[in-house]
Amino acid sequence: MATTSFASGANAAQPDAATQVEIYRRMNLIMQNDEASRKIIRSGRLMMPYYSQRGQEVIPSAISVNLNDDDKICTIYRGIHDMLAKGVPLRMLWAEIAGRVTGTCKGKGGPMHITHPASGAILTTGIVGSSMPIANGLAWAAKLDKSRQVTIANFGDGASNIGAFHESLNLASLWKLPVIFVCQNNRFAEHTRYENGTSVDQISKRAAGYGMPGVTVDGNDPFEMYAVANEAINRARDGEGPTLIEAMTFRFFGHVFGDDDFYMTKEEKSAAMAADPVPLFRAKLIATGVATEGQLVAIEQKIAADIQDAIEFALSSATPPLEELTRDVYAEGVA
Amino acid sequence: MSATAETKAVETKKVTIIQAINEAISEAMAADPKVIVLGEDVADREGGGVVGVTRGLSTKYGDDRVRSTPITEQAIMGAAIGAAIGGYKVVAEIMLMNFTTVAMDMIVNHAAKLRFMSGGQTGVPIVIRMMTGAGISSGGQHSDFLEAWFAHTPGLKVVLPSNPEDAKGLMLSAIADPDPVMFVECTRAYFTPTEMPVHVAPIPLGKAKITQQGTDVTIISYSEIFLRATAAAAELAKDGISVELIDLRTISPWDRETVIASVKKTGRAVIAHEAVKQFGVGAEIAATLQDELFGQLKAPIKRLGAPFTSVPFSGVLEQAFIVSVADIVAAARATLA
Repeated sequence: MATTSFASGANAAQPDAATQVEIYRRMNLIMQNDEASRKIIRSGRLMMPYYSQRGQEVIPSAISVNLNDDDKICTIYRGIHDMLAKGVPLRMLWAEIAGRVTGTCKGKGGPMHITHPASGAILTTGIVGSSMPIANGLAWAAKLDKSRQVTIANFGDGASNIGAFHESLNLASLWKLPVIFVCQNNRFAEHTRYENGTSVDQISKRAAGYGMPGVTVDGNDPFEMYAVANEAINRARDGEGPTLIEAMTFRFFGHVFGDDDFYMTKEEKSAAMAADPVPLFRAKLIATGVATEGQLVAIEQKIAADIQDAIEFALSSATPPLEELTRDVYAEGVA
Repeated sequence: MSATAETKAVETKKVTIIQAINEAISEAMAADPKVIVLGEDVADREGGGVVGVTRGLSTKYGDDRVRSTPITEQAIMGAAIGAAIGGYKVVAEIMLMNFTTVAMDMIVNHAAKLRFMSGGQTGVPIVIRMMTGAGISSGGQHSDFLEAWFAHTPGLKVVLPSNPEDAKGLMLSAIADPDPVMFVECTRAYFTPTEMPVHVAPIPLGKAKITQQGTDVTIISYSEIFLRATAAAAELAKDGISVELIDLRTISPWDRETVIASVKKTGRAVIAHEAVKQFGVGAEIAATLQDELFGQLKAPIKRLGAPFTSVPFSGVLEQAFIVSVADIVAAARATLA
């Protein structure tokens, strides 16, 4: 699928057994967290705009196992999967989406603005395309620091039609910045089908226009996703500049929670859900002897318990004091 | 301070605002290796900026720290914001104030809000430099004063110097500031050499300057229009009208205390700026003054700004667009009538 030559077959980087299990753990965490989020909204216990990431679990899980804590990610409103994979603590995440003072951002950012610098989760933006220009700046800082840190800029297929995408790819290529542009192509920009909004059949082809490698990868295949991410990240660390990765995927639950999916066919949705990457990868780990059923059940139960703990922590935490309304507008506060 | 130090004349030199800002950035870069510059044509290979504000800096501090960019305002602002979060202090040039419009998402949704939305975890210490102003035949898209937009945006600071000394001192503070600062330079005021102390200390943001004490009427202004206000005060003095002159210098945050104390004393106020009057900075100041001093005002507050129109090209119209010395004189007289 690559539009630029990427290592393939025996030459492609392979996750070792422990890494495969870790990729699965992150995928399962994202899946269970998404299910818990939709459930709690339905129950009426929490109110928030929610952009389900169900179906897109592989992409951040297979990328993030190639990253260090001090590598940065920038993501968008459909980005909780990216944040969890990068290591944002569950309790702080849930407290934030519950609007509590114990949240990552003291409850002032919410689900569309999760920020947790300690895990490298430095920016979540609610504006389509805006993760990319800022990711460039973080990468520029890393380059000036000669630190070998890389920055991942996540965005959707719809964002590849906005000006910020084009300006960012041009500058990143020109300055050889250590940034990886990860387009999570779930085939719909809000309600608009990919081909009705995008002038090329593959977004990765746009990389050629900016003089950088571009590749389309099956974003639901942990091995392909890992190999491509590994290569792009290593190239960025070695000072060889940016890569555009188009990771093909599908969102199971529409644009925003409550979306009735009128714009897609039942057949394509059910086909995508039948190819759910989480149980598929689980079965593969067992079939190849990488993990046992018992091992995976233990991982899944631990995640379920952690999510319950996080929800209870969040809902029992205090709401922010009213002083927070005008705090953090400026470093020194507002007069 | 000793008596000799007090009486000793301050050593000065004649510089333009262009040179003063250049000195400030250079001093900040010399003092802190984390200070970096980017923008269209800012490096010496491209001339050190379209009017030379950053001339010599890339030669002195290297092309890594003074980086010319393509014509790409969103990417410029994004790079500045990201580098700032990554630990740098960034001076980003957006050539003309009107060009901020193509980077508004980065400035308003990101630079201004990230500290708040992250609960104080990420700050954006950047200075966004730009020039603007009517009177140089640039027409409707190269001349606007849009400071009220940015002053209406929580998280941004907005600075508009009128002279080289303030430009240097305010730029030093703006670079040191932990938050994003819009630094607006008036093109008409750029090229006039003016006496400036050889050593200029940082001037705190948010502090106005009373350049002339007076008792009859307070004239409040900033940027190049302040120079016109100064000329108007001299004109009024000929008729025995005593003007207190305030150069706001920073409009967000603005120096409420100084302005209120002055108008409390004089009982009369004229506010003058180049931007269109409707919904302008003058409206905010006037509203604050009536709120604080209702019953103590001796006359209605006068606001002066451009008519509600675009900056025209034709010279006659363009001159009529900008608040004049005569306009300010007339407004001050009207408060005394």
